[in-house]
Amino acid sequence: MRYEARVEITHLAGIADPQGATVERSLPALGYENVSRVRVGKSIRLVIDAPDAAAARAQVDEMCRRLLANPVIEAYEIELSELAST
Amino acid sequence: MSARVGIVLFPGTNCELDVAWAVEHLGGSPEMLWHADAELRGADAVVVPGGFAHGDYLRTGAIARFSPVMDAVARFAAAGGPVVGICNGFQVLTEAGLLPGALQKNVGLTFLCETVDCRVETSRSPVTALAAPGDVLRLPINHFEGNYVCDETTRRRLRDDDRVVLRYLRNPNGSIDDIAGVCSEQRNVVGLMPHPERASDALLGSTDGVVLLRSLLASASEGAAVA
Repeated sequence: MRYEARVEITHLAGIADPQGATVERSLPALGYENVSRVRVGKSIRLVIDAPDAAAARAQVDEMCRRLLANPVIEAYEIELSELAST
Repeated sequence: MSARVGIVLFPGTNCELDVAWAVEHLGGSPEMLWHADAELRGADAVVVPGGFAHGDYLRTGAIARFSPVMDAVARFAAAGGPVVGICNGFQVLTEAGLLPGALQKNVGLTFLCETVDCRVETSRSPVTALAAPGDVLRLPINHFEGNYVCDETTRRRLRDDDRVVLRYLRNPNGSIDDIAGVCSEQRNVVGLMPHPERASDALLGSTDGVVLLRSLLASASEGAAVA
């Protein structure tokens, strides 16, 4: 089976996010005074071949822990969808 | 015999010649270690210098950590050999798990290129053995991601175990506890954001980095004597 995984990486709660803070500070200058809790993260998309969804998710999770995210400062969420076979 | 200092070279490293020059200038023998080679060529100490290893893609140091040479560096560190990561090298060593915490973007998202005052916090590390706690060193910094972060438990442990090696007098980047350098639990692995090699000759504007590099050469020679 073939799956598309979308990994969203954000700062762990409690870890300062300088990019989010800077963006948040710049918004009022444009007149947006009602925005708070801006967090900037990154998004990674990949296609993975695996026997089933559970196996695909387990492997993406392992790749997140070993390379895609830094568990010391980052949290990640995985969204998986099956790709139609061609 | 002069201490052999292995200098790890990744694609994108750019401070290796400065480190080599400073090591030689102070009486050591620099030895370049290509990242794809899994051996340290008999080095008595290892420096992971600054730059942009593997383009700093994904995160600083994230890809470099998987270079073959890093297994050899990890074994050398586990055996007690002195390992120092400078700037990008510090980032590589945290990603490799040889040092705790992580380095993220500076507060204010400013690239910093200036000379700052750092206080030596302990002489129990391979780069500060010849310095005294309280000594203030003027050292260049040159980074976008030097903002040291770690969880509360790690922070307490670093403090209680006297593992903060250098602190900024005026925090330039938002680092937790003004940390500019830390060492590992066994104390033989050190990460520094400031560049001692760029303060190793009067012509460069400061010689305050010399004591750090001399300390490293001294600890390397001790290791060589044991081996």
